[in-house]
Amino acid sequence: MSFIKEFWEFLKERKKYWLLPIIIVLVLFGGLIILSQGSAVAPFIYTIF
Amino acid sequence: MTAILGISAYYHDSAATIIIDGKIIAAAQEERFTRIKHDSSYPFHAVEFVLKFANLKLSNVDHIVFYEKPFLKFERLLETYVAFAPKGFVQFTKAMPIWLREKLFQKRMIFNSLKEHDEDFINENKIFFSEHHLSHAASAFYPSPFEEAIVLTADGVGEWATATVAVGSGNKLEIKKEIHFPHSLGLLYSAFTYYTGFKVNSGEYKLMGLAPYGEPKFENKIKDNLIDIKPDGSFRLNQNYFNYATGFTMTNNKFHELFGQQPRDSEKDKITQFHMDIAASIQKVTEDVMLTLASSLKKEFNIPNLCLAGGVALNCVANGKILKKKIFDKIWIQPASGDAGGSLGAALAFWYTEQNKERKKSNTDDMQGSYLGPQYSQKEIEEQLNILGAEFEIFDEENLINKTVEDLSQSHAIGWFQGRMEFGPRALGARSIIGDARSPSIQKTLNLKVKYRESFRPFAPSVLREDLSEWFNLEVDSPYMSVVADVNQKKVLKITDDQKNLFGIEKLNIKRSEIPAVTHVDYSARVQSVHKETNLKYYKLISKFKKKTGCPVIVNTSFNVRGEPIVNTPEDAFNCFMGTDLDILVIGNCYLRKENQNNELKKDYKNKYELD
Repeated sequence: MSFIKEFWEFLKERKKYWLLPIIIVLVLFGGLIILSQGSAVAPFIYTIF
Repeated sequence: MTAILGISAYYHDSAATIIIDGKIIAAAQEERFTRIKHDSSYPFHAVEFVLKFANLKLSNVDHIVFYEKPFLKFERLLETYVAFAPKGFVQFTKAMPIWLREKLFQKRMIFNSLKEHDEDFINENKIFFSEHHLSHAASAFYPSPFEEAIVLTADGVGEWATATVAVGSGNKLEIKKEIHFPHSLGLLYSAFTYYTGFKVNSGEYKLMGLAPYGEPKFENKIKDNLIDIKPDGSFRLNQNYFNYATGFTMTNNKFHELFGQQPRDSEKDKITQFHMDIAASIQKVTEDVMLTLASSLKKEFNIPNLCLAGGVALNCVANGKILKKKIFDKIWIQPASGDAGGSLGAALAFWYTEQNKERKKSNTDDMQGSYLGPQYSQKEIEEQLNILGAEFEIFDEENLINKTVEDLSQSHAIGWFQGRMEFGPRALGARSIIGDARSPSIQKTLNLKVKYRESFRPFAPSVLREDLSEWFNLEVDSPYMSVVADVNQKKVLKITDDQKNLFGIEKLNIKRSEIPAVTHVDYSARVQSVHKETNLKYYKLISKFKKKTGCPVIVNTSFNVRGEPIVNTPEDAFNCFMGTDLDILVIGNCYLRKENQNNELKKDYKNKYELD
């Protein structure tokens, strides 16, 4: 939690809020990689096909 | 008492420094302990050493300061990828997992590593982060002998900044201007290091050593196409020719087409006149940028002193040019100008700017000759040598010096290991290989049989301070080998017209001065002035050599082979001694001759370390 707080403080200080969407997408994909133990796009491929 | 631990790590040249109440107590680079050149891992051994030397447990340390800001670096990476998209996608996919997995959580990583030193260390809030170039600037200004100075830093890249201008006054240090990535003088130099077949971040000094063999034929090509130098010395790089922002190489095809050749493959391709001319050209451009910057800063701020740090400040040829032009009254260059010195700067910046402590200045700098590393007692040395099976004699200091001088005058190559190890990339007479500067053959012998490195590489002289101007065109102290100066005309020998017309590497075979071993092909030398106040034993040695031969100059090169970190322990020194053609080893008061050693202890050393 302290990391998220510090990172938020950093974005506020630098006024770089526009980086937030990129970071959220990166974190989501990162999470998916961990969950799927492989490619981040794999879960989507399986649900589509 | 306030103890501050400075750390640099995770990029290259990790190191640790401890300061107590603003005084520099100990500093060392991790590579010396792990024996991995430019080691970038968490500096566990270096931290252990500085704590032990200061007689402190980590839990007694008040603040720990890391030399750069990881979040800011991450911001630069993301913005660079966005700016160059879709180019750079592959680099992006390789970089992001590393950042998301570990680098972004550096505070936690550092905390976990720190806990391994002392389990009582529990307060994560003791960890602070300095900015990369502020750390460099602080390492240059605070230990300098100046009350007020302009501080110029330049390197590859830190977070955003690649070069900064700061003004230091008393205990204040304020960054006034910055040049941001991807426009970087350090990266420009590194691009040419890569192009000429040397390793980026370590082979830059080879490029500098190669430059005097060539002519700056490509200077205009570089200035017309690659770099736009403004009248104030600031610059922009034309990114169409570089690949470092988005790819895995420094230069791209457009760059190679511009100069008409592909990058040199160090395993297959020889160094040709073309590479020497390339080296001379980029060296000239670098000097021009530094000189223009220095002149415009002098005009703008009208402060008489200049401090330099950052990897570009290791370019002692450019430093020498700034000095020679007399743009500033005085110049001081941090001996550990690379990232290792960031650990020192981070700690000092915290003490003076964050804690607002008073800074008292004397006429000398605070680096203590840069002898800030580990030392070994005579008892420890003897114990280590006995375990290794070494055959040695023990002499008192006077006899030891007499014997060494005798060996020097017979052109022997000598390993000289005394006192505390140097902090910074230069060996300054504590972990040095020394030889007779008057010998015409010693450069080749040392390069090929001892250091196993390219024969074009020059060697540096150590000269008694009082004899400095008699032998070199230099009037100011140069204790850290950070400037290049010409050999005094009085000591230069005449060469024939035929010799004048020699090209490239052939120039090496001419005896140019009374001290040929340390006179580069352009009559320059990277000078170390030796002072009795900082290294008395080394001073006495050279004084004795002068008494015997009339020459107060000896060859001083780092105690290692190519690609190897400078030796740290007596064991490292003995291994290097047994793995090379060194004739004599002097450690503390122990004296070892090669012919007395057991042949079975000889090592295959030549291929132990990778070429850099």
